[in-house]
Amino acid sequence: MELLRFTTAGSVDDGKSTLIGRLLYDSKSIFEDQIEAVKKSSERKGLTHVDLSLLTDGLRSEREQGITIDVAYRYFATPKRKFIIADTPGHIQYTRNMVTGASTANLALVLVDARHGVIEQTCRHSFIASLLKIPHVIVCINKMDLVDFSEQAYNKVVEEYEAFASKLDITDIRYIPISALNGDNVVNRSENMDWYKGASLLDTLETIHISSDQNHIDARFPVQTVIRPHQDEYHDYRAYAGRVAGGIFRTGDEVTVLPSGLTSKIKSITTFDGDIDEAFSPMSVSINLEDDIDVSRGDMIVKTNNEPEVGQDLNVLLCWMATKPPRPGAKYYLKSTTNEVMAIIKEVTYKININTMEKLDEDTSIKMNDMAMVKMRTTRPLVYDEYRKNRITGSLILIDDTTNETVAAGTIHS
Amino acid sequence: MSKYYLTHLQELESEAIYVIREVVAQFDRPAILFSGGKDSIVVTHLARKAFYPARIPMPLIHIDTGHNFIETMEFRDNLVDELGIQLIVGSVQTAIDKGRAVEEEGINASRNELQIVSLLDAIEENKIDAAIGGARRDEEKARAKERFFSHRDDFGQWDPKNQRPELWNMFNGHKRMGEHFRVFPISNWTEMDVWNYILHENIPIPSLYFAHEREAVYRDGTWLPNSEFLVLREGEKIEKKRMRFRTLGDITITGGIESDADTLEKIVEEISATRSTERGNRSDDKRSDTSMEDRKKQGYF
Ligand SMILES: Nc1nc2c(ncn2[C@@H]2O[C@H](COP(=O)(O)OP(=O)(O)OP(=O)(O)O)[C@@H](O)[C@H]2O)c(=O)[nH]1
Ligand SMILES: [Mg+2]
Repeated sequence: MELLRFTTAGSVDDGKSTLIGRLLYDSKSIFEDQIEAVKKSSERKGLTHVDLSLLTDGLRSEREQGITIDVAYRYFATPKRKFIIADTPGHIQYTRNMVTGASTANLALVLVDARHGVIEQTCRHSFIASLLKIPHVIVCINKMDLVDFSEQAYNKVVEEYEAFASKLDITDIRYIPISALNGDNVVNRSENMDWYKGASLLDTLETIHISSDQNHIDARFPVQTVIRPHQDEYHDYRAYAGRVAGGIFRTGDEVTVLPSGLTSKIKSITTFDGDIDEAFSPMSVSINLEDDIDVSRGDMIVKTNNEPEVGQDLNVLLCWMATKPPRPGAKYYLKSTTNEVMAIIKEVTYKININTMEKLDEDTSIKMNDMAMVKMRTTRPLVYDEYRKNRITGSLILIDDTTNETVAAGTIHS
Repeated sequence: MSKYYLTHLQELESEAIYVIREVVAQFDRPAILFSGGKDSIVVTHLARKAFYPARIPMPLIHIDTGHNFIETMEFRDNLVDELGIQLIVGSVQTAIDKGRAVEEEGINASRNELQIVSLLDAIEENKIDAAIGGARRDEEKARAKERFFSHRDDFGQWDPKNQRPELWNMFNGHKRMGEHFRVFPISNWTEMDVWNYILHENIPIPSLYFAHEREAVYRDGTWLPNSEFLVLREGEKIEKKRMRFRTLGDITITGGIESDADTLEKIVEEISATRSTERGNRSDDKRSDTSMEDRKKQGYF
C-alpha cells in the first residue's frame, strides 16, 4: 500500500476539522468509544448535531474556543491507500503551524466556504502551498448545504480560485463541492448535487497519481551518523548511516563526499535485513565506501558528476515563526539536512505581501508569519539544492542561539 | 508503478530509523523508555535496525511500578541480555519509600500517575537528555498534537501551546542545561501498523498479547486480571476467561479482552475488526476528557 501525506488549509471556520472528522467517520476509521466521547462532549456544549471537529481538536483550549490552534495528525487507511493527515489551524495568528503541516505534505486540501468565496486567508494558504511545492491541491468548496447546493454558487468560487491560482506554481488543481457537516461528496457521492459529475473526495485521494512526485534522478545522501561497532568481529567496520534524500545509489557507484570533494566508490549498502544492491529515497540505509576517507555527520554523499551546490551565500525565502522579529546582525544556527552551521541574515531583499503576492521592497521589517526573501551568509560551506529541485536538500530552519527556539523556516532559491 | 517506491510500512520504518539516528547524533545521553509493551518493543527493534551491525548505543529505562506482570519482567530481562545493553530501572516503590511519591488511596487507586516521579528521577539521576518513547499520535487526542522531538523544561513539563514547529524532517534538539527531550519515532504509526509490522518482522512479544486462560474480574467494560493487588468490589467475582491484552501497563489498570486470537495473524485479523480503541481498556484515560493532556503536561510518557 502507498502512503499519501496531506494537509488541510483555508480560513478559520471553513470546516477543515469537521471535514477531517467526516472523512474519518465515513471511512469507518473512528472507533466507537471515540465517537461516544465526541457525542457526549457535543451534548455538553449544547449542540444538536455531533461536532466532528472535536475528533481532531484535542487540546483543552481548542475545545473551549472551538478553533484549531496546533497541528493535529490523524491517520486512516482504505484498502487502496494509507493516509497521514495534518489538520492545521486557519487563524492567521497560527500561520506558522499551517506551514509546519504543509512542509511534509504531498497534497493540500484547501477549504473554501461557498457563501464567502475566495478570501484573504484562502489566498495566503494556497500561496504557502505553492511556495512549499506541494504538487497537488484539491479545492473543497464547503458548506454547499448553506447555498442550496447551487451549481452557480460553486462555479462562482471555482472561477474566483482559477483566476487567482493562475499566478501560483501548482500544476495539479481539482475542485469538489462538498458539505463536510453532512458528508456530501466526502466519501459518498452526493444526492443533492447531481450536476456534479466528478469523483468524491475520498475517491480522488485514493487514486491521485503520486509515485512520480519523488526525485529519482539526483542522488543525495546526507550522513546522519557513523556506525562503528566496538565489537571484535567488526574491527575495521565503518559505515555511514542516513536516509536517501533523492535519487538512487547502487553498489559500485562513483561517489563524491561534499563539502570536502573526496571521492570513492560504494562498496556495499547495508541494512539489518541484509546488504542490498540499490537504495532510493526515502530509504534509511548505511553505506560502506571502498576507501578510508574522512566522512562525518553533516557531510553529503552524492553521485560524482551530479553534484549539488556548495556555498556560503544563499538567497532564502524565509517564513518567520517567532513572536520577536529577527535581531539585526544576529547569528542563528542554520540547520539543513543533517548539517548545522552558524549564519547571519545580511539583507532583506524584499518581503512578500501574501495576499496579493506582490514584492514589497520598501518595508522590509520582518514580523511573525511574514514571508521574506533574504540574503544569508554561513560560517561554513553548506551543501544544498534549490528547493524546487529537492524539498529535503533545499530546505532549512533557523534556531535562535539564545532561546533555542525554531524561529524560521526557509526554502533555498539560489 | 515503478519499483522505486516504498510500501507504507517500509516508509514508516525508514522514518522511525531516521528519527532514532537523529537522537543518537544530536544528544549525549539518550535512552529508550521500555515499558514491556508492544510499542516500546517495536521501538527497540527499530533501534537495533538503525545501528546494525553495532549494538544499540543507549540503555533501556524501565519504570517499575511494583505492580507488574511476571511475563513482562521476564521478557524485559531476556531482551536486555540478548541485546547486550544496559538496563536502568526506576522504581516507584523506592520513590514511595523515600517519600518522593505518595500512594493513592481508594477503590480506584493506581500507581500510574506515580510513575511520573520515578521517570523524572531516573532521567535526572542518569543525566538522560533524550528519552525515546513508543507513544503514537493515533492513541489519544492530546498525543495527536505531539512533535517527534518534544521539548521538556527543567521540571520535565510539556507546554502544548508553545511547541516548537517541526518542519520537513529537521529536528531541533537544542536545549538548556537540565532540560530534556522526549522523542517519539513511531508517532505516525497506528495500532494496525504496529501489529502488521510485528507480524511482518516476526518480532517476539510477551505471551500476554496472545489468547490464554486467566483469572479476571469484569469491571468498567473490561476484564481486569486477578493479582495480589486486586481488591474485589461488592458483587464482583473472579472468573476464568480465555483472554488477551491489547496494551500492557501496570497490572492494576490494564484490562484484557475476551479473545481466541493465539497467533499474530489472528491478532491482526481481530484488530482490523474491532470497533473500539486500545486505550478504551485503560481506566487511566477515562478519568476526564483531557486527562492525558493533564498528565503529559506534568511529565508523563
Ligand atoms: N452548515 C455547515 N456547517 C459546516 C460545514 N462544515 C463545517 N461547518 C461548521 O463550521 C464551523 C467551523 O468548523 P471547523 O471544522 O471547526 O472549522 P476549521 O476550518 O477547522 O476552523 P479552524 O481550525 O479554527 O481554522 C463549525 O460550527 C462546523 O459545524 C458544512 O458543510 N455545512
Ligand atoms: Mg480546525
